[in-house]
Amino acid sequence: MSATATSANYSQPDSDNFLINSKGFLSWALTLDHKRIGLMYLIGVMSAFFVAGILALVIRAELMTPGKMFLTNQQYNQVFTLHGAIMVFLFIIPSVPAALGNFLVPIMLGAKDVAFPRLNLGSFYLWVTGAIFFLSAMLWTGLDTGWTFYTPYSTTTSGPVVAATMGVFILGFSSIFTGLNFIVTINTMRPPGMSWFKMPLFLWATYATSIIQVLATPVLGITVLLLAAERVLKIGIFDPQFNGDPVTYQHFFWFYSHPAVYIMILPGMGIISELMSVHSHKSIFGYRFIAYSSIAIALFGFLVWGHHMFTSGMANVTTIIFSALTFTVSIPSAIKVFNWLATMYKGTVQLNTPMCYSLSFIFLFTIGGLTGLWLGALSTDRPLHDTYFVVAHFHYVMVGGTLVGFLGGVFHWWPKMTGKMFSEFWGKISCLLIFIGFNATFLPQFVLGSRGMPRRYARYVEEFQELHQWSTYGAFLLGFGLFVALGVVIHSLMRGRKAPPNPWGGATLEWQCTSPPPYYNFLNPPAVNDPYDYLPLEYRDEERGWEYVRPEAPSVPTSEPEPAKS
Amino acid sequence: MSHDDAHGGHGDHDHLPFLAHHFDDPEQQFDSGKLGMWLFLVTEVLFFSGMFCAYALYRSLHPEVWTFASQFLNATLGAFNTGVLLFSSLSMAWGVRCAQLRQRTGLVISLAITLGCASMFLGVKAIEYTHKWELGLLPAGAYESQFLPGAHHAGLSSWLYVLSAVPALCVIGFGIWYGLAMVKKDKQTSEIAGPLLVTALCYFLGVFIGVAFESAEAGEHGGDHSVAAHATDDHSGDAHEDDGHTTDGGDDHDAATDEGHSDSGDHSSDEPDGEHSEDQASHGAPPGKLVSTEGDGPVVPGAPREAEIDQAGGAGLFFSIYYCMTGVHAIHILGGMVVLTWLLVRATKDHFNEEYFGPVDYVGLYWHLVDLIWIYLFPLLYLIT
Amino acid sequence: MSLQAIPMILADKNATFWFPPKASTFAEETDAFFMYIFWISVVFFVLIVAAMCWFCIQYRRRPGYKGDSRALHNNALEITWTVIPTLIVIWIFARGVYGYMDMMTPPPDTIDINVTARKWDWTFQYPNGAIHPELHIPVDRAIRLRMRSEDVLHAFYVPAFRAKSDVVPGRVTVMWFQPILEGSYDLFCAEYCGDQHSEMIKRQGVVVHDQAGYEAWLAEAAKPPTHPVAHGYWLYGRLGCKSCHSVEVDKKIVGPSFAKTYGESFKNTKGETLQFDEEYVRRSVLYPQEQMREGYQNASQMPSFQGKLKENEIIALTAFLQAMKDDAFLEAVQDGDLSQDEAQALGYADEEEAAEEDASEEGTGDTTAGDATTGDEAAADTSGDAGDNN
Repeated sequence: MSATATSANYSQPDSDNFLINSKGFLSWALTLDHKRIGLMYLIGVMSAFFVAGILALVIRAELMTPGKMFLTNQQYNQVFTLHGAIMVFLFIIPSVPAALGNFLVPIMLGAKDVAFPRLNLGSFYLWVTGAIFFLSAMLWTGLDTGWTFYTPYSTTTSGPVVAATMGVFILGFSSIFTGLNFIVTINTMRPPGMSWFKMPLFLWATYATSIIQVLATPVLGITVLLLAAERVLKIGIFDPQFNGDPVTYQHFFWFYSHPAVYIMILPGMGIISELMSVHSHKSIFGYRFIAYSSIAIALFGFLVWGHHMFTSGMANVTTIIFSALTFTVSIPSAIKVFNWLATMYKGTVQLNTPMCYSLSFIFLFTIGGLTGLWLGALSTDRPLHDTYFVVAHFHYVMVGGTLVGFLGGVFHWWPKMTGKMFSEFWGKISCLLIFIGFNATFLPQFVLGSRGMPRRYARYVEEFQELHQWSTYGAFLLGFGLFVALGVVIHSLMRGRKAPPNPWGGATLEWQCTSPPPYYNFLNPPAVNDPYDYLPLEYRDEERGWEYVRPEAPSVPTSEPEPAKS
Repeated sequence: MSHDDAHGGHGDHDHLPFLAHHFDDPEQQFDSGKLGMWLFLVTEVLFFSGMFCAYALYRSLHPEVWTFASQFLNATLGAFNTGVLLFSSLSMAWGVRCAQLRQRTGLVISLAITLGCASMFLGVKAIEYTHKWELGLLPAGAYESQFLPGAHHAGLSSWLYVLSAVPALCVIGFGIWYGLAMVKKDKQTSEIAGPLLVTALCYFLGVFIGVAFESAEAGEHGGDHSVAAHATDDHSGDAHEDDGHTTDGGDDHDAATDEGHSDSGDHSSDEPDGEHSEDQASHGAPPGKLVSTEGDGPVVPGAPREAEIDQAGGAGLFFSIYYCMTGVHAIHILGGMVVLTWLLVRATKDHFNEEYFGPVDYVGLYWHLVDLIWIYLFPLLYLIT
Repeated sequence: MSLQAIPMILADKNATFWFPPKASTFAEETDAFFMYIFWISVVFFVLIVAAMCWFCIQYRRRPGYKGDSRALHNNALEITWTVIPTLIVIWIFARGVYGYMDMMTPPPDTIDINVTARKWDWTFQYPNGAIHPELHIPVDRAIRLRMRSEDVLHAFYVPAFRAKSDVVPGRVTVMWFQPILEGSYDLFCAEYCGDQHSEMIKRQGVVVHDQAGYEAWLAEAAKPPTHPVAHGYWLYGRLGCKSCHSVEVDKKIVGPSFAKTYGESFKNTKGETLQFDEEYVRRSVLYPQEQMREGYQNASQMPSFQGKLKENEIIALTAFLQAMKDDAFLEAVQDGDLSQDEAQALGYADEEEAAEEDASEEGTGDTTAGDATTGDEAAADTSGDAGDNN
């Protein structure tokens, strides 16, 4: 491997990039190229986010007044179910792993594709099928079970529960196959010279996420299958009418859905690890710890599902054990935050748009994490459980964490994906609006919760109105901020200037190919080096990008991507 | 398609027709596939583990119900099916070896045997299922008490004909296809159609074996009715229960149970029975659905509790879990048959050799797992005594 | 109940920025603990954000500044920031368990009240057999609730008591608390239970009396009116009929309205025409799914009252439904209450005096011996049956 190979990767004809190397609808619909599949996922999850975001605004608007604004109770229940279910199953879970992960994993590995490209395309179409199932089920007569499908409500309500659970089932398999693909890809397709501890941290996070996807999602699959059987055949496992037990359902459900929380947040953490290092231009602080902590969080994540059920009537001992395990997860998460901060220390910090997003991430995720302490502690959880405190807490983690991280990632890799730069100024404005809007939305909800406002209420008592109004104003500001962000990327597509191969000065392999990358990613096997070594990079004013400057290495293999025997 | 265009540009893979463009060498491809398959098997195990957990939970809560309900399963048929699956695993393993040694005929024959065994397994399963449906041994919501006399179980269930429709069509279709191939002397097609025809026929072989075992069992000790009759005798001291039901024909179960239900309503509330009142949590339900949960009469302490166990509702739960586990397993068998057929087609085209036998190996792994799951299911469901 | 109809009771003098009034023994500990965690979090949060801002300014990219990329590792620092948070969370965990065990361990001497939750109402059954839709309890006594659900998951949540527990169908959930502050507090359902989940609240529906007040209330609550119509209306308010069946003409909450339906004919789900008569009322109460009215197929299922209602109570309900044909009576009950005057004016009051529907009004004198016995017996039987059926 050599340095000259790198420059060879830079000098390609533009027509070879993956976006335009073949044309026509079918060349996209049937593509096996991981980059195109990643982009299709990106469009898919963004559409899902758009729908669910509009629903969030509908919810907030309805809650402007204690009584009825424009939704009946039943409509409100359907709207919050739709909001939660779409956000969780169609947006947050596939957002980073499927959209950004598909694009980045092979490139960061210097590989040509994921291990099973057909399976990858299959996963995408499973996602589409699941989404259609899910949406049609919900739009058809309206699903009102909440995204958790708690029995026995879900087995007795008249909504289209079976269709929705089949949608979840299909989406689950999409997620399993994506995770399986990434694990195999990372295990078998790392290039020579890239040992486990020379992998970018995003890959570690993806790897940890994939483990959870493979190990936890099947349990969700069987749970929703049993739930469907419960409705169709009255098997009675979860229904007290036939000697079943609803709490069993909760155990089954949260055995998946708590690890799913880490499916959502771990990739976000992976993005932040990359962003903090690249935009501070300094090697990540405590690489190994961040890598190990991703795996630790993934594994501990399997043991803490019970904290969703502290008031469900579990035995005291079980409850206490789950509380203790819950706190063990908090430590690796806390230390990750410290590591990110220490990465900035003595670095060369540049407040680009992605960096602004990752600083917002740290701010918001810290609040999300710290408020978890109240909920993990048994005596304070008792009054706070199922109130707006919980709502605010998980929105700080899922939206303030994952969504903001995802947006940061999208802005960071946008030049690589599309070959276009975006407006820095408006990018930062969008970040600021989202940051302020988000806090205005969810900070009041902590107070609402501690004052006793329960979740999933279409109507509420008057004392809570003022805080609810603040929250609603914040939500609209947040929505506006997101529209600005959308405007920034659309403007970039239309008018953006051409992106250099390495606009931010990243040292991971994806910055070694052109923007956008060619069909095969690398014409020549890229030079594998420390993913966080920024010393050989220098800024070129004429390109407005960074370039490797390093001594020539000795002889080079041929220019053809010949199988490189390891 | 861009992929094919690009592939065309790479002449270096020509000698390895099945090496995908993004792998460096066959070894990497094989390792990736194998790891992927193992991971998939892990997800399969976890998928089943949900049901095993439900099984463990409810068995530990109601051990007596499990013992009671398990006697309605025919252990002989279960054991036979276990044998069939074990043999199919052997033939599958043999097939993998044939693929590695590039023994085309051997591979085709082993795959055919595996498919035939799978199909026979399903035939036996069809007999077991339809027999139980006929007896009212259904999931909790539809479970019918085994202590209501009725004209259950006479001859073959009409459900069996429904279930056999698809295999019958397959026999006809594959038969015609095979005939045509023989007429045209198309060796390759006949090598596909022949095993498939045998496979479809094996289903009926399984059905006949199932019927034979089932009737032998019935001849030996009066069949499942002995259980019901026996327990009803034990219960004869309890006039209320017997009178309530023996006069009613088997056709109006629901009506009969409604009667019993409203009769016994006062009894059950007069008799505070700690465990029992827990079971009755379902009072919110309409009476017609309460066959399995509330139709109990007073039970003399110390008397055999089978009728009580039966009617307390847990038995239905056992059958729920039985159908879920064996049903999902049967779906996996069906899925396995589809991929085996795909392998069969590829095997006749001589795709597999020393360098490239991954797909056979992966399907083999999958098949062994399906087999293994059955090996757990059999004792857990059939052999509870 | 309409929320707008309730006067604003803002800014209870016992409430603070973060918390509702401290009305139970749990509140002191929970709130103090809440604030400890709050201040710990504030300290960490301020440190993190301050460091972040400072680094952004201090180490910003600027001409002439060269970062130092060697600061990659510092064992002492890393151990410090692992150990300190670990110790803190251990403390938080332990203190949480301490408070939790208190919440889970009722003292020996409690007043036991049975709670039944259903879509979308609560029913409380008192030690003397009284059944009432509100929770009335004495101050400074430990209260233990034994809770059951008739349909789906619910959760009993009184923010002022800092007490919450799910009510799981098929199980009996037990919780306890000890009120320390007289007054009335809100009761919420905190587990999503369908359509009217957010209406499953009792505004000021948890009333903490002093001991004497509690006893007086309890004695009063156990006595049903003797006139069948008033008795039927009394049952209508207590058994939870109210949460699904309105008393306004054609107003559908979940099930059909009770106003002006008696004696009408209607179609059932199979399209047959039926008469809304005495027999139909009885069958509907005992076997609600047998003859459903057309258009209510998808309505959530009504629980059976078999074994919970005595025949005389069904008669009373029938009488009440019959009276609902009468405009004057309809008007009288549509304000959510049948006052003594109204009952008397309509001739539905008891001979000597009318038992009160509204428990907060002052108690009454004697009833005739015969009536009182019937009433008590009915209540006691009802409670016994209800208990067995749960």
